[in-house]
Amino acid sequence: VTRADAVALVAAGRPAGALTIACNGMIARELYQHIDSPAQFYMIGAMGLAASIGLGLAIVQPRRPVVVFDGDGNVLMNLGVLASVAASGAPNFFHVVFDNAAHGSTGNQKTVSDRVPLERVAHAAGYRRVQRVGGHAALDAALATFFAADGPAMLLVEVEKGNQPGIGRIEVAPQQLTARLRGVLADT
Amino acid sequence: MSPSQRFLDLLERHGFNFFTGVPCSLFEGVTRILDREPRYGYISAVREDSALGLAAGAYLGGRRPVVLMQNSGLGVSVNALLSLHQIYDIPVLLVVSWRGRDGLDAPEHLLMGKVMQPFLELLNIPYALFDPATLERDIESLTRRMHETMKPVAVLVGKGMLEA
Repeated sequence: VTRADAVALVAAGRPAGALTIACNGMIARELYQHIDSPAQFYMIGAMGLAASIGLGLAIVQPRRPVVVFDGDGNVLMNLGVLASVAASGAPNFFHVVFDNAAHGSTGNQKTVSDRVPLERVAHAAGYRRVQRVGGHAALDAALATFFAADGPAMLLVEVEKGNQPGIGRIEVAPQQLTARLRGVLADT
Repeated sequence: MSPSQRFLDLLERHGFNFFTGVPCSLFEGVTRILDREPRYGYISAVREDSALGLAAGAYLGGRRPVVLMQNSGLGVSVNALLSLHQIYDIPVLLVVSWRGRDGLDAPEHLLMGKVMQPFLELLNIPYALFDPATLERDIESLTRRMHETMKPVAVLVGKGMLEA
């Protein structure tokens, strides 16, 4: 499955009321191009911090499912946060890692996630559930149950390398992304 | 009441209600209270930039965050401060210890200690030096500045201020 297709499938599988933090690079851009919503916060920089932001949000908004769209390069850049996630025990924290074993946004340079299975690192850290899937059908099946039980949980999705040619950037200004997500929560 | 408890009370009076960070002996008194009292919900972060990420998430969720760190951690935090907080308008109060001030400290703290003020100025982070005589006024003014600019501000903690 391509990363863009996997991103779209996960986006459609999110539970009602979910808040989403998307890591910087192609993953955020693919999500934004597929579907935009004020409940989605896209990172354009600060690589490695999506899970930290998602955890902070999950802790202060315990009634909302928080879904982090992450990449293998991003997870590896701040691996320590897996320990923070596990230690928090946040039941509303759902970590979806799109893993192509490459830094897809900078030209597919290799990461080490082909040799270091990130879902096993998360399991060892103490995530309540972890799951690795590859392929369209397996991802569909996983999405039917992944968000239904308590986190912290990681769904690692194996995706193909490669980017959509000519994919656009995030057109919402960063300050606006902050304001609109806060607005979603202020209204409820 | 200890200076550390007075400091935390002051921060709470200014609406700060989310605390995370990485400890330093210079504000050991503060983290001792935060670790002991569950009501603060203090999160012991693994790295200073991750603490800033947690704080950003908490702010998105409606809280007013404080991040505590040693000044060595300020180096770790540059990307988060510039490419997250500053461009996304995410305010945070940084409580940063000032190891290596006046050139009197262990070797690993001397260079960072020496560049602290120009470094913060370069990063466009307004700051005040922790001084019990002016603390209330300084926190008031930093907090106001933080709200006006929607950007990080810092209070620098030297030796002998918050160890108890």
